[in-house]
Amino acid sequence: MKLTVWTYEGPPHVGAMRVATAMKGLHYVLHAPQGDTYADLLFTMIERRNHRPPVTYTTFQARDLGADTANLFKSACQEAVDRFDPQAIIVGASCTAELIQDDPGGMAETMDLGIPVIPLELPSYQRKENFGADETFYQIVKALSQPQDKTPRITCNLLGPTALGFRARDNIEEITGLLADLGIEVNVVAPFDATPDDIARLPAAHFNVLLYPETGEAAARWLEKTHGQPYTKTLPIGVGATRDFVAEIAAITGRDLKADESRLRLPWWSSSVDSTYLTGKRVFLFGDGSHVMAMARVARDEMGFEVVGMGCYNREMARPLRALAREYGVEALITDDYLEVEQTIEAVAPEMILGTQMERHIGKRLGIPCAVISAPVHVQDFPARYSPVMGFEGANVLFDTLIHPLVMGLEEHLLTMFREDFEFHDDAGPSHHGGKATARKDPSETVEAPVAATVAPAPESTFEIVWLNDAERELKKIPFFVRGKARRNTEAFAAEKGLQEISIDTLYEAKAHYAR
Amino acid sequence: MNAPANPAGGGCRNAPILKERGQREVFCGLTGIIWLHRKMQDAFFLVIGSRTCAHLLQSAAGVMIFAEPRFATAILEETDLAGMADSQAEVDSVVARLLERRPDIRQLFLVGSCPSEVIKIDLAKAAERLSAKHAPRVRVLNYSGSGIETTFTQGEDAALAAMVPVLPETTERELLVVGALPDVVEDQMVDLLDKLGVGPVRLLPSRNIDSETGIGPNTVFALAQPFLGDTHAALERRGARHLPAPFPFGEEGTTEWLRVIANEFGVDPAHFDAVTEAPRARARKAVAAATETLGGKSLFFFPDSQLEIPLARFLTRECGMTAIEVGSPYIHDAIHGPDLELLPAGPTISEGQDVDKQLERARAARPDLTVCGLGLANPLEAEGLATKWAIELVFTPVHFYEQAGDLAGLFSRPLRRKGLLKLEAAE
Repeated sequence: MKLTVWTYEGPPHVGAMRVATAMKGLHYVLHAPQGDTYADLLFTMIERRNHRPPVTYTTFQARDLGADTANLFKSACQEAVDRFDPQAIIVGASCTAELIQDDPGGMAETMDLGIPVIPLELPSYQRKENFGADETFYQIVKALSQPQDKTPRITCNLLGPTALGFRARDNIEEITGLLADLGIEVNVVAPFDATPDDIARLPAAHFNVLLYPETGEAAARWLEKTHGQPYTKTLPIGVGATRDFVAEIAAITGRDLKADESRLRLPWWSSSVDSTYLTGKRVFLFGDGSHVMAMARVARDEMGFEVVGMGCYNREMARPLRALAREYGVEALITDDYLEVEQTIEAVAPEMILGTQMERHIGKRLGIPCAVISAPVHVQDFPARYSPVMGFEGANVLFDTLIHPLVMGLEEHLLTMFREDFEFHDDAGPSHHGGKATARKDPSETVEAPVAATVAPAPESTFEIVWLNDAERELKKIPFFVRGKARRNTEAFAAEKGLQEISIDTLYEAKAHYAR
Repeated sequence: MNAPANPAGGGCRNAPILKERGQREVFCGLTGIIWLHRKMQDAFFLVIGSRTCAHLLQSAAGVMIFAEPRFATAILEETDLAGMADSQAEVDSVVARLLERRPDIRQLFLVGSCPSEVIKIDLAKAAERLSAKHAPRVRVLNYSGSGIETTFTQGEDAALAAMVPVLPETTERELLVVGALPDVVEDQMVDLLDKLGVGPVRLLPSRNIDSETGIGPNTVFALAQPFLGDTHAALERRGARHLPAPFPFGEEGTTEWLRVIANEFGVDPAHFDAVTEAPRARARKAVAAATETLGGKSLFFFPDSQLEIPLARFLTRECGMTAIEVGSPYIHDAIHGPDLELLPAGPTISEGQDVDKQLERARAARPDLTVCGLGLANPLEAEGLATKWAIELVFTPVHFYEQAGDLAGLFSRPLRRKGLLKLEAAE
C-alpha cells in the first residue's frame, strides 16, 4: 500500500475516458461501480464540456456481486449500442471490476453487436492515467486503421491531443495553421474530434506530428512500423523548438520549408529592456515529462531564467528527463508524491515555479509565484481566449504566462528602493494582482528573538547558525521575491566559513560572494 | 402554535414510488470525507482503496483545497492483490507512519472502498487491533464508503453509525442532534434550543473526541440530515428514541423540526412562539426575496444526496415552485415520511436511477430548474435547461432560519442569471 494525499494522475480508465471523450462516434462501456461516475465531472466541469462523456457505466452494487455482474455488463453494452448508435465501442473495467474478473472484452466480442468492439486491458493497480490514454488510443488505431494509398499531396496527422489535455484545442489550431503555411495539409487529428471512420484514414498521411507524447506515442510508433509513417520527435513549444520542428518536417518531407515568423513576438519582448529583470530568475519546473523538457529550454534560452530544478510525475519519461537535467546541471526529481515535490521546492527555494495545478498550491503555501505549464490542470487553465502554447503564437503566449506571476521590472526596483515605505512594501505583493495590501507594522514594535537555522554543511557535523537581531531585521528589508535566496545563500556562506552567528556584515559578505 | 396544514390535495407519503434500477450517476460514500474531515477536527480518514478513490476525493473537492488535508488514501498495489503482502500488516504500517507524522490525530477512521471490499480486507479487525494498540490516545474505527455499498451522503451515515457503538452510556435525559452541520449553523441551532429551554443538547458528530456525547435509554434524538438511515437504526439499537420531523430547511421546516423537539420537552407553546417569532419573520422575509424568482417555476430533482424530498417540500411550499419529479437515491419512510406528508401531491417520486431514462423524462418535461450532479449540469445547460448542482447543498450552510434565504438563493441564482445574461446575437 502506498499512502497518497494528492495524485497527479488518475487511474488508467480515466485515461481511456480522455480518449473516448475527445472522440466522436465512439462509446466506452465501462464495467465499474456507481462511484466511478465521478469522472464525468472532470470533463463537464473542469473542461466545461457541454456533453456527457460517451461512457456507460454498469454501476454494479454489492448485491450484484453474488449474482450476475456479467449479465449486467452485457445488458449495459447492448443498451449503450442501441441508445447511442456508435460506430465502434471500447470496453473495459475500472479498478474494482478488474478484481471480479468478468472479462468485459471477451463478453462484448461474443455479443455480435455489428460494430467493431475494442477490448482494453488497463492494469489499474500498476499503471496510471497517461498510460491508459496512450494504450487506449493505440488499441483504437490498431483496430480501426486501414491500409491504403498515401494522399497525392503531402499530408500529416496530428496525434495525441485528448480531452482534459493541456491547451489541446488551441495547439491543434496553431499547428494546423503553421503546417498550412508550410504547404502541408492535416489529414486527421486524433483522438481529438476524430470519429472511428477518421481513424481508419490515418494511414493515408505521409507522416505524423506527435503533439502529446504522453498520450500518443504508442500509436505513433505502431503507425511508423506498420504503415511507414515517420513521426516528429520535437515538440513545437517555444521559439527554438518550433524552428527545430519546422526543420524536422523539412527533413521528413525532403522539402525546403520556411515558416512565416511575422507574428512571432517573444524574441523582441524578451530582448527589450524591461525584460532585463528576468535575468537569472531561479525557476523550478515540474509536470509531465514532455512539457517540463520543452519548457526548460524556453525558460533558460528564451526567457533568460536559471533552471534550478526539474522533475516529472510520469515515470515513463524518467530517462529522457534525467538526461536533460544532467545537461542543465540539476538533479531530476521523478516522483508522483506531492509531498516530496513540495519538500524539494521548499529546499531549492526558487523564485518561480513552472508546474501543474498541484504546484500552484505548493507555491501558494510557500509564497512562490507559479505559472501552470502542464496537466493536471483545473478549470481556470481552460481559457476562453485563444491561447496555444505550441507554435509561434504559443511562444508569445508563454512569454505572457511566465511573466504574469512575477513582480514587474520597474516595480521590482521601486520595491527595493522604497522597501521601508509603510504602504509600498514588498508584503503588498505585485501591483497587478488582486489581494489587499496591508500596511506594514512598525518594525520597532516587534523585537524578535534570535532565529536559529539548522544547517548541515558537511556530512560529519551539524551545528546551529544564529541570525543576530540586526541581521534578521536587515534580511527583512530585502524584497520578498529574493529574500529566500538571500537567506539560503547567507546561511550556506556562513556554514562554509564555519561561522556560528550571522551579522549584518556576514549578510553583505555573502551578497558580495554570490554576486554575479 | 399553528401546525402546518397538510396539502389540500393530499401529500406524497402514500404516493406510489417509481423504483428504478439502471445506470446511476452518483458519487460514492467516500465523498462525505470532504466535509467530515473539516467538521471533526481531531479525526483523520484513511481510505484503503485504489488510485480511483484518491482521484475521486481530490476531484470532488474541487482539487486540493487544503495543502495537507486530514484524509489520505492507502493505494492498493499489485502485491496487495496477489496476496504477497499481508494486508493487515500493511494497514498497521501505514497507520503507524501516519500517526507518527500527525500526532494531533485522536480519531482515525479506516474507510473501506470498492476494491478493499471486493478483496475482503477485514478493516473491522484492523480497527479493533489498532484501537487496542494506540488507546487511549487514538480511537480507531472503520466504515465503508464504497460505491458498491454507499451512495454519496451515505458515507457520512456509515461514519456516524460506526461511532454509535463506542459512544459512552448515559442514563441522562438528553437531546442528541445527529448529522454534521457547519459550525455557524450548529451554534445557531444550539442557541435556539437553549432559548427554548431544551437540553442538555449533545451532538453527533461532535467537534472533537472529548465531548460529552453519550447515549442511553433516555436519549431522544433528532436528525439534522435526511440521509442517516443506518445511524438512525444504530441509535435505536442502543435504546435511543427518534423524534420524526420534517427537516430544518426553510422557515416552516425549521419551525416544525423545533416544534417536535419542544413538544417532547414540554415547552410552553407561548414560549415557543416567543422564541421563534423573530427568526421566523426574518426567514420568511429572506425567502420572499428569492420567491419572486422561483414562484410558479417547475422543478426536477435527479437523485443525489437524499436531501431531495425535504428540499422539494421547502421549494414547493415556501417558494411557490411546482415539483415534476423528486428523485432520491433511497427513501426511508421513518425519516422522509414527515416531509413527504407535507409535499403536495403531483410529482413523480422516484427512488434509485436509470440515468438515461431519467434524462429522457427531464427533456420531455423541460423543467424550469433541474437539480442534478456535476456530471449532468453543463450538458443539461447546453440543452437550455437551467440547473442547480446538488453538491453545493452539502457544502453550503443551508439549515435553520438564518440560512433559509441562502438556501432559496442557491436555487434562484441560476434562474436570475439566465434572465440577466443577454447573449443572443443582435437582430
